[in-house]
Amino acid sequence: MADKKQDFIDQRLHDLNHDGVDRRGFLKCMAWAGTGLVWTLSAGVPVSRVFAKGAKKDAAKGGDFTFVQISDSHIGFDKPANPDVTATLQVAIDKINALPERPDFMIHTGDLSHLSKPSEFDTLDQALRAAAAKQIYFVPGEHDMLSDNGEQYLQRFGKGAKGTGWYSFDHKGVHFVGLVNVANLKAGGLGSLGHEQLEWLEHDLKGRSTSTPIVLFAHIPLWTIYPDWGWGTDDSEQALSYVKRFGSVTVLNGHIHQVMQKVEGKISFHTAMSTAFPQPAPGKAPSAGPMKVPADQLKKVLGITDVNYLVSGKSLAVVDSPLDGSMSAGSGE
Amino acid sequence: MQSLKMKQFANFKWSVAALMAIASVMILVGTASQAQHENGSGKLVGTAAGTDAASQVMIDNFVYSPVPLTVKVGTTVTWINHDDIPHTVDSTQGKFKSAALDTDDKFEFRFTEAGEYPFYCRIHPKMTGKIVVQP
Repeated sequence: MADKKQDFIDQRLHDLNHDGVDRRGFLKCMAWAGTGLVWTLSAGVPVSRVFAKGAKKDAAKGGDFTFVQISDSHIGFDKPANPDVTATLQVAIDKINALPERPDFMIHTGDLSHLSKPSEFDTLDQALRAAAAKQIYFVPGEHDMLSDNGEQYLQRFGKGAKGTGWYSFDHKGVHFVGLVNVANLKAGGLGSLGHEQLEWLEHDLKGRSTSTPIVLFAHIPLWTIYPDWGWGTDDSEQALSYVKRFGSVTVLNGHIHQVMQKVEGKISFHTAMSTAFPQPAPGKAPSAGPMKVPADQLKKVLGITDVNYLVSGKSLAVVDSPLDGSMSAGSGE
Repeated sequence: MQSLKMKQFANFKWSVAALMAIASVMILVGTASQAQHENGSGKLVGTAAGTDAASQVMIDNFVYSPVPLTVKVGTTVTWINHDDIPHTVDSTQGKFKSAALDTDDKFEFRFTEAGEYPFYCRIHPKMTGKIVVQP
């Protein structure tokens, strides 16, 4: 009986529309907000897992390694939505440090600072020193490009990167690409990668075996979520055309301060929450600005969204966990 | 005698009038240059006392208003950010460019030529506006 019920749930959680995503399961798990997102690569398919105390180890699933994504720390922001963004960043880092398995590295998907001030970059640097994972990869957000077209960001966080801060690296057989879609934005437009970066990307991917898992990360979402609020990238289609041939592609973004996901063929898209402040769901407020919540709920909406998909080998699961430590009843694997 | 005095007085009156006229012009020029900023590339301005509401663009909720703002040549336009998120004012024609304006920060630019001046926020490029300068 229990098996039948589990099968029913599994079926509902899997492939309802044969597109790798079950909306009901997804929406159910959207109830929790979160900041840090832990990914495990298992057989080349990114699988995230619960990022909180008490999480079961993923060793049984044969995860090769884990990494954590944080985003939108906005150091320097001090308005009512969160008067102390450094403190909430520190809570997220504490949670990362408390993980049963230390992540191999961290990725910060941009808006490190709020106003690109040197003091803000300093504070972020300081806070990240407490992270046990010493290797951190960054891509800039538009808030990091304010005073000098991103010169300071490049010097401090983009060493060795090309152009406005793009680069790639390999880790245990997975190819990671950091992209910049927040430079030279045109009036009335969305995010933009630009011709030079697209050429570089095409060249960077050329010749790689299609079985190489690919992870792209950039600040603004690489798929169109809500154009009215600028939540999309004008020329991302071209970038995605270069990765279409690969067997497993994961796109990690930030910018919108909430979790959203989409699966399109073999490409899975996911946006992370902010460690600083939440933003409203598309169209649910007059603008995309910081969303105030009662103080005692702030850590809930900066927590991690726990999307509890079982690993099928084809669809990827995204698991987040909230800063306040709460977890879904059925979370973990 | 009388007529001479009157002439002197008349001269005196004209001198005073001339002086007053010159003084007024100087005051006007002084005011104008106070509001003027040669460096249009991101210089923040403090509170501009006596700014005429008719030459202001408000920024709030990711929106500039009014759009367009119509002013006369020689007007200094003031943009004020009332949003809780920073915005910028960037001319699409490269004629002016503000620093990042946090809440309550202002940016000013004096328009010396008639024409249309579209601008946008380089942080949130979906935000667009326009100044129409009439002769």
